[in-house]
Amino acid sequence: MLALVAVHALAAVVAPALVRLWGRRALHLLACVPAAALGWALTQTGTVRSGTPVVETVTWVPQLGLDIALRMGTLSWLMVLLVGGVGALVLVYAAHYFRSDDPGLGRFAAVFVAFAGAMLGLVVSDDLLLLYVFWELTTVFSYLLIGSDPTRRASRHAAMRALLVTTLGGLAMLAGFVMLGQHAGTYRWSEVADNLPDGGYLTVALVLVLLGALSKSAIFPFSFWLPGAMAAPTPVSAYLHAAAMVKAGVFLVALLGPAVAEATPWRPVLLAGGLVTLLLGGWAALRQVDLKLLLAYGTVSQLGLLMVILGAGGRDTALAGVAMVLAHAMFKATLFLVVGVVDHVAGTRDLRELSGLGRRAPALTAVAGLAAASMAGLPPMAGFVAKEAAVEAFLHGGTTELVVLGGVLVGSTLTVAYTLRFLWGAFTVKPDVPPARPGPVGWPLLGPAAVLAVAGLAAGALAPAVDRVLAPYADLYPGAGPGYHLALWHGLTPALGLSVLAIAAGVGVFLLLHRRQPRLVRLPFDGATVHDRLARGVDRAAVELTGATQRGSLPFYLGVILLVLVVLPGGALLAGVPWPRRFHLWDTPLQAVAAAVVVVSAVAAARARRRLTAMILVGVTGYGTALLFILHGAPDLALTQFLVETVTIVMVVLVLRRLPATFSERPTRAGRRGRIALGVVVGVVAAGMAYVAAGARVATPISVGFPAEAVSYGGGKNVVNVTLVDIRAWDTMGEIAVLVVAATGVASLIFRHSRDLDLRSGIPGVGRSESVRPRWLTSGATARQQSVILQVVTRLLFHAIVLFSIYLLFSGHNAPGGGFAAGLVAGLGLAVRYLAGGRTELNGAAPVDAGLVLGAGLFVAVGTGLAAMVLGGEFLQSALLDFHVPVLGHVHFVTSVFFDVGVYLIVVGLVLDILRSLGAEMDRQQETDQRESEPAGHRTEELV
Amino acid sequence: MSPNLSYVLVVGVLVAAGVTLLLERSLTRVLMGVILLGNGANLLLLTGGRSGGAPIVGTTAEQDMADPLPQAMVLTAIVITLGMTAFLLALAYRSWHLNGHDEVQDDVEDRRIVELADRDKGPGTADVEAGDDDPASDPAEEQVAATGAPGGRA
Repeated sequence: MLALVAVHALAAVVAPALVRLWGRRALHLLACVPAAALGWALTQTGTVRSGTPVVETVTWVPQLGLDIALRMGTLSWLMVLLVGGVGALVLVYAAHYFRSDDPGLGRFAAVFVAFAGAMLGLVVSDDLLLLYVFWELTTVFSYLLIGSDPTRRASRHAAMRALLVTTLGGLAMLAGFVMLGQHAGTYRWSEVADNLPDGGYLTVALVLVLLGALSKSAIFPFSFWLPGAMAAPTPVSAYLHAAAMVKAGVFLVALLGPAVAEATPWRPVLLAGGLVTLLLGGWAALRQVDLKLLLAYGTVSQLGLLMVILGAGGRDTALAGVAMVLAHAMFKATLFLVVGVVDHVAGTRDLRELSGLGRRAPALTAVAGLAAASMAGLPPMAGFVAKEAAVEAFLHGGTTELVVLGGVLVGSTLTVAYTLRFLWGAFTVKPDVPPARPGPVGWPLLGPAAVLAVAGLAAGALAPAVDRVLAPYADLYPGAGPGYHLALWHGLTPALGLSVLAIAAGVGVFLLLHRRQPRLVRLPFDGATVHDRLARGVDRAAVELTGATQRGSLPFYLGVILLVLVVLPGGALLAGVPWPRRFHLWDTPLQAVAAAVVVVSAVAAARARRRLTAMILVGVTGYGTALLFILHGAPDLALTQFLVETVTIVMVVLVLRRLPATFSERPTRAGRRGRIALGVVVGVVAAGMAYVAAGARVATPISVGFPAEAVSYGGGKNVVNVTLVDIRAWDTMGEIAVLVVAATGVASLIFRHSRDLDLRSGIPGVGRSESVRPRWLTSGATARQQSVILQVVTRLLFHAIVLFSIYLLFSGHNAPGGGFAAGLVAGLGLAVRYLAGGRTELNGAAPVDAGLVLGAGLFVAVGTGLAAMVLGGEFLQSALLDFHVPVLGHVHFVTSVFFDVGVYLIVVGLVLDILRSLGAEMDRQQETDQRESEPAGHRTEELV
Repeated sequence: MSPNLSYVLVVGVLVAAGVTLLLERSLTRVLMGVILLGNGANLLLLTGGRSGGAPIVGTTAEQDMADPLPQAMVLTAIVITLGMTAFLLALAYRSWHLNGHDEVQDDVEDRRIVELADRDKGPGTADVEAGDDDPASDPAEEQVAATGAPGGRA
């Protein structure tokens, strides 16, 4: 069985390719797949008839106790026959229904076969969770099939409705399954059935499961999605909405019925829901003018009937129910296929426009007549046998059963009436309508329908044989003795009399109604309105909520975040945090001076109107902060801060060259005041946090042991730097990675085209002709505004700067310095070269790709860590090496220096990347823009 | 450990000025706000450890050293701020290059949803108004197409 499902999946995957290869003929080949399922089921007939299920178990997720447990009893066997048989016939039909150049054909074929596979899996699942998986798969595939024409709004809408309704039902059903499975300790239905809970627990579980079954089978109040689903192509309707998918709910009821029929809500829910659906569906079918919709409402009605019969929960009704499932699949699929043919040859499905088709297409009419007879319950068709069985079973029950029987008879009357309406509408001659001029009806189209119709006849004629095969299912019901047998002729029984009565009444209703002008009606119990209103409500709520919260404005978002900061930590500060009593104004009075500088320049920076002024003031706050670092006892920080601040100013000035001198002013004073107010409040909260946090430190800091460890393990005296490259090296690793990302981001924002990225390398020849490599101290091709003296001086200084940076790098382990500071110094050296001589100078100073430097740095840093691992240590663990070198003497060496080299390279790469992007590339773009804005004549001269 | 009021004052002012600038729409100002905020946050971190001599063994006695741990954290933060600054600058430049100014615009998609909400409509209604099968009539998409073009400014 699993193999069959797998073959379906495989066929679905290759279907589009096959269709591309062979056009619609590929569908014939694909039809073999469901046909194989049919054939396999037929070989199992003997086993099934003896009442033994075919079982197959494959371990799937043992941790979850989820096995692929497949089990085919009589009911499943019947369903496999239908799914496989009807599936194969519909595929053959579809091979002639569609055109080879239909663009959606490959997709249709794939989804259709996949659906058949999912349906097959559903009906043979023993594990409830597996059943749920297949159940939802059928929902999804049916969504794709209904919406197979995505350009039509109605089609999309119908597909979405069907999806929403059946998925919601499916979710409820899953919850019910979980309740049953958790109680039983297993999810295999064959075991769960013997281990059911009781009382309210079972009631809730069953209600949830029924929600799934009823919504899937379009039972009141979920019926509305099925007529909408007729937007699908006719073969889809014939298969999904007559024979297969909508039967899933019926199947579930039939599967669970023998075990739970006596439980509280089961019978009343099914009888009531089924009866209402039966009657309203039948009545609505009578008022349709579209043949397909007529059949759709007829299907709704018949699904109601099936629910009534199978929900009644007795042995005889169960037998009648499965016989009805068989009969319904055959006649309803036939009729849908016939409608497809009618549509095909006459060009319309509107019964007001069809006339005289019966005379011109006698074979088609005969096929339709056979199926219609089965639907109306005329002997000797399967539909008659099944209905007789049902009537007989209800006739021998109590009051409830008799009331139900009344409903069923009224339903049968309506069924006969709409069957006649169908035949009359499709085939008769209507005097005031011009007769149809149909094309020839080919046997390829008619064949599948004919096979199904004849099968319906055969099943009726061979009723005793059908009875013998299906009886094992009916006998599953507890306390079942030898009961009713399916047969064509039981003698002149009251049931036969009631059937004749219903048929006569049906003819009467038809004659009464069909003369009148038909009024278009939808189901009066229109769940669609409720559904649509709900769906709209959810959409509207989403729009309101999104509109209220996602304003799309960055200041708004930031404001919200900052307000939360003010309210929560600020509130905590006010609420109950102990405020330190003791405080001091400064460690040294110099701190107050530095603080004053920072404060004044920060306030001025916030008020500045000119970009450059603002930036310089910001820089002053940075230098002031560096001063505070020195006074705090943090020389490394101060060094880094000084260098970073300088690089920042260079960088900002490079960009500000292109931006307007002043900020664009926004006129809203209120907005400005609001910003200042929020800023001040956040500042106060931050100050409060600083005050409280410093006072709250009472425990011994974790870093108290750092100095000793830095020397003994890290091999360095500069505790901060050893912390960076050893104790907290993982942090540093993350942070240099961020630097690499930032540098890459800068480059990708500035370089407009990926081909320009070659310029990032700065290597002569790779870029443009302008990057001629200059010789040392001789001026290269410099632009007009650059100073030769400055260039020469910077070239002289450059090597000293680089040397100094390398010194900082290696001495950083024992004195202020280290990879970050050293890299920044080298970067500043590059910046000076660039400022003095533009991009030519920069390329001369560093003829390498910035990306290469960054990558090399990351490689060295990670490599150091990995090398430690290879040598048996932990990632980034450092080792001390002491050895003697002849000339230099004793060398004390720590492997973490390599890590610091990586950091150094990355920082150099970052600065180089910034200079190339914000400097050199922006120069180039500026020159290009200027050239383009010059008059055309001017340019020609230049070229000459 | 008793709080140092100079730090408290500087942290407060830097954060206040930083937030004020951060809430602006001009990316250059946002950038300066980020720098100021960064400095403020670094100082805030630093106040968590005591001050003292440089944490270098041999130069300072261990009991006189400033706490090295916050220093190590702040050091990487300083360099990360540099990366951030560069990135924001590049953003500001690109924005200027494409739009002629460096102001942060409201998100177009979000504005459309806000407009829908103001008109009390659902998300499907735009579909109807634009015609059923006409995907090209999306103003936001057109805008993206225009700004995404290479060298969008003539």
